[in-house]
Amino acid sequence: MTQTAIEFRSVVKRYGTATAVAGIDLSIVKGELVTFLGPSGCGKTTSLRLIAGLELPSAGQVFIAGRDVSRDPASARNVGMVFQSYALFPHVSVLENVAYGPVIRGTPKAEAQARAREILEQVGLAGLEARLPAELSGGQQQRVAVARAIVQQPDVILFDEPLSNVDAKLRRKVREEIRSLQRRFGLTAVYVTHDQEEALAVSDRIVVMEKGRIAQVGTPSELYEHPASPFIADFIGDANLIQGRVVQGQFTAPGMAFPVSGPDGPATLSIRPERITLSPGGPDRVLTATYLGSRMEYSVATERGEMLVSRPIFEPRLTAGQEVSLHITPADASRVA
Amino acid sequence: MKALWEGRIGLIWSGLLLAAVLALPWYKGGATLASALAEGVAGRVWLLPLVGAALALALLALLSRDWRIHPAGAALVGAGLGWLLLQGFGIGLRGPALPGLGLLFPTALEGQPGFGWGAWLAGIALIGALAEVLAARGFCRGERFAAFAIIGIVSALSLFVFFPIVKLMSAAFVGPDGTLALTPFLTRITASDLWSLGCLTGSGRCGVVINSLVLGILSAALATALGLALALLVARTDFRMKRLLRAISILPIITPPFVVGVAILVLFGRTGLVTVEVAEWFGVRPTRWIYGLPGILLAQVLAFAPVTFLVLLAALEAINPTLEEASTTLGAKPVTTFRTVTWPLLRPALAAAFLLAFIESLADFGNPIVLGGSYDVLSTKIFFAVVGAQYDLGQAATLSVLLLTLTIAAFWVQTRWLGRGSYVTVTGKSDAGLVAPVPGLIKWAAVAAVVPFVLFTVGIYAIVLMGGFVKDIARMDMAPTFGHLWTAFSFEFNERGIQLFGSAWNSMITTLWVSALSAPLTMAVGILTAWLIARQDFTGKRAFEFGTLLSFAIPGTVVGVSYIAAFNVPPIDITGTMAILVICFVFRNLPVGMRAGIAALAQIDRSMEEASQTMGAGGGRVLRDVVLPLIRPAIFTALVYSFVTAMTAVSAVIFLVSARHNMATAYIMGRVENGEYALAIAYSTVLMLVMVACVAAMNGLVGKRKLGRRSTVTGTPHPAE
Repeated sequence: MTQTAIEFRSVVKRYGTATAVAGIDLSIVKGELVTFLGPSGCGKTTSLRLIAGLELPSAGQVFIAGRDVSRDPASARNVGMVFQSYALFPHVSVLENVAYGPVIRGTPKAEAQARAREILEQVGLAGLEARLPAELSGGQQQRVAVARAIVQQPDVILFDEPLSNVDAKLRRKVREEIRSLQRRFGLTAVYVTHDQEEALAVSDRIVVMEKGRIAQVGTPSELYEHPASPFIADFIGDANLIQGRVVQGQFTAPGMAFPVSGPDGPATLSIRPERITLSPGGPDRVLTATYLGSRMEYSVATERGEMLVSRPIFEPRLTAGQEVSLHITPADASRVA
Repeated sequence: MKALWEGRIGLIWSGLLLAAVLALPWYKGGATLASALAEGVAGRVWLLPLVGAALALALLALLSRDWRIHPAGAALVGAGLGWLLLQGFGIGLRGPALPGLGLLFPTALEGQPGFGWGAWLAGIALIGALAEVLAARGFCRGERFAAFAIIGIVSALSLFVFFPIVKLMSAAFVGPDGTLALTPFLTRITASDLWSLGCLTGSGRCGVVINSLVLGILSAALATALGLALALLVARTDFRMKRLLRAISILPIITPPFVVGVAILVLFGRTGLVTVEVAEWFGVRPTRWIYGLPGILLAQVLAFAPVTFLVLLAALEAINPTLEEASTTLGAKPVTTFRTVTWPLLRPALAAAFLLAFIESLADFGNPIVLGGSYDVLSTKIFFAVVGAQYDLGQAATLSVLLLTLTIAAFWVQTRWLGRGSYVTVTGKSDAGLVAPVPGLIKWAAVAAVVPFVLFTVGIYAIVLMGGFVKDIARMDMAPTFGHLWTAFSFEFNERGIQLFGSAWNSMITTLWVSALSAPLTMAVGILTAWLIARQDFTGKRAFEFGTLLSFAIPGTVVGVSYIAAFNVPPIDITGTMAILVICFVFRNLPVGMRAGIAALAQIDRSMEEASQTMGAGGGRVLRDVVLPLIRPAIFTALVYSFVTAMTAVSAVIFLVSARHNMATAYIMGRVENGEYALAIAYSTVLMLVMVACVAAMNGLVGKRKLGRRSTVTGTPHPAE
């Protein structure tokens, strides 16, 4: 049985005349990790802050654990939040940072600290309780921030771009840590990022946002393989967008024709670069060949314009200027408009 | 469970309101049992609606699930607050101020006294309840503490800043017969003793407005030039006396305003030390040349140069050295670099410094009163219109409107100028590079300006230190004595303990009390205001910010007169109390604490406060647990600054002191008027020693500022310090 943890009902957030969130309906199931993904200014952080209570909606309602919290300030909600900058209190110890929430909510200090110790041990920070945040490494600080957010068993834990302050090299490890903690504690989590790779790696479901609205909701593979619009196809991963016409179920563009579903008329197909295969000789020409270590990337001039092709490194390499032909099967294309 | 608890806090306000109308004396000086209910039953029936509203609100709070979102709650709170003000201002001491109220309430013709404990508490409780009602409707993101702080501070500012000013302005339109009309104002404002240009055409004296403007412009120009010389020497040369210069720049903060004036008199008065010497050496007849423009100008330039120095120093240090290096690598000579890069970058700061000194000069009261002679300026003219034999509030009000217009215009220009033309060259990235030394010619010009300034300052403070402890410094009688000190501060131990006889004890003790009471209040209100402005988003925030800034631009003299105009009569009848002195300081010094707070908060990541909120802390808790510990240095700065200002200020309090609550500065000014210079100087020295002890205590507690050369400017343009 699935339980709804968070629900947005026609939520709107305006600042003066600017609209940050332009009417969102969404429900998040208990125990899942949902990512808000989108370019900057799309309303993803505002949506997160609406859950936290750091912003109140201008219209519509927000429900947490079945309760309408639209008018409740942050302090009256049961949410945990991990901030971009971690926001650890620099003037108190790690232990006091983690015990802060329980103490505020009325737990006796000794009990709160015992609970904080327990959580710190579970995130692998036993022995560092007496340190000040500044005496920890970046990764450790992040774990303190997570510990602090989950110590009160919140209805939901919110991550606001948690990897943006982590070294590029460490990001994969930290995001795996976050994911495994979330699973271990059975937490409902909402995660904000503008990095599509991070979103694909960490999420159960992704909410792609554009200009204050939801553009598409789906699992990572749904979004990557069946993007609903050219925007999403382009935003998640790389995509070749090909414009053409559909006549009687047949898509045609210069040098291309294959069956697609959907109504007749103008149409756009999205084809991922790694789905295209190349063979030497043919009507098209390699413009640039870029060596990326794990793969080769080719920019190929075709009748339909330039196309991006990505090939495994072990295939015979092509060079710029070479004549090639592209092979695309209908299963590789998905109609986005 | 949660809702019930939420309602409880609301219940506190409702309970306070009940106590205010049922159990406390409603009027000022009323008997213990003369509550609003008792007074209302005894005949002042217009108080009964308030009692009714209080009871209804309490009932609603007990019975309704959540009175805060109940429409009746909002209606009761709004109506209660409205009625409280309406009856207070509508029915004065001698009957109704609004015609028609007498018909409605015949007993109102007898009038009513000012607000007492009950009325004040009722007002506070209603404001608290209003904050609850608004917070429940999403104001301040539902944070009740922030809502209460905003509404409380807005109410206080309205009551103690705007209301007096409005009252004062209306007084400018009141004719001799007591009616409101345009003619009296026009007559007063066009009077020739305001605008006459006689001194220029050689046919008599200039008008007081012209005098003020001439003084302001000259004083600001000279102070800015001197400040620039000081700043260039400190920032851009290896001048030996840098530390001395920085030390000197602190002196004016702890110097009572007329001490420098007195020292100048002692040096250059008709029987002054220098005057007499010069007379002997050169056979010149001693004159009273120092009285008037030259004396005031001298005193003001000495007093304001340190202020302009600090503004310009900050600007010079904020100039990115790579800009000057770029100019040099392009082949410019030092003079060219200075002229084409440094100078244009400094221009906004120069304008700011000039306008700041101009405003200070217009507002200055201490120096003109001591050194002015027959050279009248607006601030002294206002004083004599109220304090002299001819008590003419209309005249004082008209002059105040003029003075206020001038300072606010200058203030407006200053903010506009900085808003547009500030070239902040700090990027937050570390920029290597050495500052360009100033060209030799400019350096020597600066030295030539600074050396006399330093000598002068040293001389003046030597007089101040010595003068109180010799027999009569004004007549060169240098026999050491503690007589003056003893006159002021004599005491005796006897069987009844310690007894204070000295003539200055009364004012000294009041001053310490007022300073000690107002400093923490000023700090608290200032820091809270800073927090609201830096961290809260609410409707009307821009107006709120403007209001707090405005209170900064009002000259002390105007504040003093406006308080007399506003608080001499019910409902807020507090003249002659210590409270009015404390309130005056709190709202005059509020911007200082506010600026310190805003600067400190700009350095602190906002998400720490948000983290605290998501963990369940309300606004007050966030402030206590996170904000206050992190901005502790700003708190101490604000605390000590307000303490020191309360001890040295004279312009506003001179109007507000009473025989019972006299202040040190007012007492000293009285001694200066009587020509008792030595006593005045001795007392000033004691005052300064107390303040030095406070500054030292602050330094000890806060420690040295660890701000690097770059971090002192944090991306914001420098407004007037």
